[in-house]
Amino acid sequence: MSIAVRAEGLSKQYRLGISVQGRLSEAIAAAVQRPVKSLRSSLEDPGYLWALKDVSFEVQKGEVVGFMGRNGAGKTTLLKILSRITEPTAGYAEIDGRVGSLIEVGSGFHSDLTGRENVYLYGAVLGMRGNEVRRKFDEIVSFAEVERFIDTPVKRYSSGMYMRLAFAVAAHLEPEILIVDEVLAVGDLAFQQKCLGKMRETATGGRTVLFVSHNTAAVTSLCQRAYLLEAGRIVDSGAADAVVERYIETTQAKQLVPVRERTDRAGDGSVRITSVEIADAAGETISSSSQVRVELTYESDRELRQPRFLVTIHDENYHWAFYRLDTDAEPGLPDVLPARGTLVCVTDPINLTAGVCGLKVAVWRAGTLADQVEYAGSFTVYADDFYSTGRVPDRSKAVGLIRHEWGLSQ
Amino acid sequence: MRRSPELTSGQTTGTGKAGVGEPAAGPRAVETRTVGDDVPRSVTRIGPGSTWGSTVGEAWRHRELLYFLVWRDLKARYRQTIVGAAWAVVQPLTLMLVFSLFVGIVLHVPSDGVPYPVFAFAGLLPWNFFSQSILRGSESLVGQTNLVSKVYVPRLILPVAATGSFLLDFLISFVVLGGMMLYYGLAPSAEILWLPVVILLLLGTTIAVGTFLAALNVKYRDVRAAVPVLTQVWFFATPVAYPASLVPEKWRLLYDLNPMVGAVDGFRWALLPTDTAPLASMAIAAAVVPLLLLLSLAYFRRVDRTFADII
Repeated sequence: MSIAVRAEGLSKQYRLGISVQGRLSEAIAAAVQRPVKSLRSSLEDPGYLWALKDVSFEVQKGEVVGFMGRNGAGKTTLLKILSRITEPTAGYAEIDGRVGSLIEVGSGFHSDLTGRENVYLYGAVLGMRGNEVRRKFDEIVSFAEVERFIDTPVKRYSSGMYMRLAFAVAAHLEPEILIVDEVLAVGDLAFQQKCLGKMRETATGGRTVLFVSHNTAAVTSLCQRAYLLEAGRIVDSGAADAVVERYIETTQAKQLVPVRERTDRAGDGSVRITSVEIADAAGETISSSSQVRVELTYESDRELRQPRFLVTIHDENYHWAFYRLDTDAEPGLPDVLPARGTLVCVTDPINLTAGVCGLKVAVWRAGTLADQVEYAGSFTVYADDFYSTGRVPDRSKAVGLIRHEWGLSQ
Repeated sequence: MRRSPELTSGQTTGTGKAGVGEPAAGPRAVETRTVGDDVPRSVTRIGPGSTWGSTVGEAWRHRELLYFLVWRDLKARYRQTIVGAAWAVVQPLTLMLVFSLFVGIVLHVPSDGVPYPVFAFAGLLPWNFFSQSILRGSESLVGQTNLVSKVYVPRLILPVAATGSFLLDFLISFVVLGGMMLYYGLAPSAEILWLPVVILLLLGTTIAVGTFLAALNVKYRDVRAAVPVLTQVWFFATPVAYPASLVPEKWRLLYDLNPMVGAVDGFRWALLPTDTAPLASMAIAAAVVPLLLLLSLAYFRRVDRTFADII
C-alpha cells in the first residue's frame, strides 16, 4: 500500500489575545516597538499557544483513521492544516490525492438561493466541476431527501434539511481523501446512520478517510486505526477500539482527581471552583425520578459582582450536554457574592435513563471566563420504576424519560 | 515566528509514487482532477509559506468557482427586487440627471464638445463599475468568513468575483449609453478600437484596488469606514462630472497618475466624438496599472496565509 497522507512535525502556533486583530494605530505603534520586542524571543512569550505541536503520522491509502481528543486538543486545527485552510507554523504534510474536507457543513451556501442553485454553488466551493455536479445532481437531492423543496430558497429550509443537503453535496464529492470533522451531529439519527453508511462506502471504495469525532461509537464502528490528541500532541495511537478505550479511561481517571487539584483548567483564574458535588435532594441514591442537589464551592480574593455560574450535565463521553444549570437562566443568586462560598442548586426530577453522567463547571466574572473545569466529576443514575409498570428503557434506547398517555383516537 | 528556517520552500510537488517522501523542486501543481480522469498524480505539499504559484495559480485553477460566485452574487442581488437588473441603470441615470442639471446647466462646465448628459453618463459607467466593485471587493473576505475559515478556496477568487458581478451592470448600462448616443445622433469612430485597452485599464485598476482593500480589511477593519471616504475623494480626482482639460497643466502629471483618469477619459474618447485625445493619460495608466496589480498581489500573497487565523 502507498501513503495517502504523511505529516511530519506539524505545529501550529496561535497568538492569544486580540492583538493580532489590530487597528492601523496599533500597527504603527508595533512597528515602533519592534526593535525592542525582537530582543526577546517571541516564542517564549506566554501570549502564544501551540495548538498543535510536532504531530507526525502516516495514513495509508484506503485506511479510515480516527482522530480523537477533547475540545481544544487540536483536532480541528489539524484538519484545517490538512485542508489548506490555515498554514502550519512549522513542519509539513504531504497529501497524495484529491482532498474533500468537511470542517463545517454548508459553508458556502447562500440563503437567498434555491436548493438547486446552492447544490451547484457548494459543489464549486468544494472543488467539483459543473458537469460533475450535474451528473450527480439527482443522487444528491434524493440522498438529502429534499426533492420537493429543491426550488425553494434555502432560507426557508429547516435546519435539518439545510444540513442534509449540504452533507449530501459533500458526500458525493468522491474525493480520494475525505476529511470529516464532527459533522455527524447533523440531522436526526436516521440521517446520521445514512451519513456513516456513505462514509463507510467511501472507505470501502478504496478511498482514505480522516475522521474527527468525540463520538466514540462512531469512531469504533468506522475506523480501523485512531490517534488520540491531547494539548496539541499525539499521545496515543493504535487500533481504534484500544484508543477509544484508553480515551474513555483517561476521561474517567481525570474525574477521580478532586476539582481542587486539577491543573487543566481554563479561564483567568480570578475565581477558582474548588469542589462540585451532586446528590439526590432527598439523600437517597440518584435515580431517574430524583431531584438532584448540586453543591459548588468556589473561592476568590474579592467578592464577586454579577458572576455567572454554569454546571452542565453530560453523557458519559461528553458528547452531548443533557442539562445546563445556569445562574443567568434561573435567577435567585444575589448580585454580589462573598469571596468564598458554596452555591446550592436543586433541580426538578432529572428524567434520565439509567447510566453514567459527567459534569462540567464554569464561572464567569463580568463576562470573562474566570474558571472552567471539564470532566469535573461523574455520577450514576440508577433505574427506578419510572412509569410504575416495571418497564423502562436503558441508555442505549433513550436518554430522557417522559410520562405519556396512550389512547385510541375518536 | 511563523516560519521554520529549514522549511521555507513552501509548497512544492513531487510526481508519482516515488515523489511521496521526496518533495521535488519546481512549481507546485495542485491536484484538481476528477476521480477517474487520466491526469498524472501529484502530491500536495503543505508547509509554512506560500508561493506566487499557490496564490495566482490556484485561483486560476478554480476559475469555475469564480463563475459560480459571480452568478451567485447576481442572483442574490436582484432576487426579491421588483425591477431587478434595471437597478443597474437607475443609479447612473439618476446621477447623470443630477449632474446635467447642476454641473452642466447651472455651472456651465464644458463637456469636450459632446452634449453634457452623454458626457456625464459615459463617465459614470466606468466610474460606477469601479466604485461599486471596490466597495464590495473590500468586504469580500470579511463578509464571507465561512469561505475563508471553514473551507478551502483560493481566496484571491473572492475579491475578483466581487468585481465580476458588476460587469453585467456595466454591460446593461452600456446598452443605455448606446441609446443615448443614438438619440443625440453621435456615432463612434475608429477610436472605438481602443475600447478593449481602456476596459483592461479599468479592470486592472479595479481588481488591484479591490484585492488590496479586501486583504487590508481582514486585519484592519478601519477599511470599512475608509472606503466610502476614499471613493468620494477619488471621484473628484477623476474626470467623471468634468472634463480633464479643466485641470491646470502644472498639475496634469500628478493628476494622470490616477489610473482612473486614463480609464474614464479613454472610455469616453473611444466611444464619443470628443475633441480630446487622452493618449498621455492612458499611457501613464498603462504603466501604473501593472504596478498597482503587482503591489496589490504581493500584499495579498503575504497576508493570505494568515487570513483564517485572524479573520
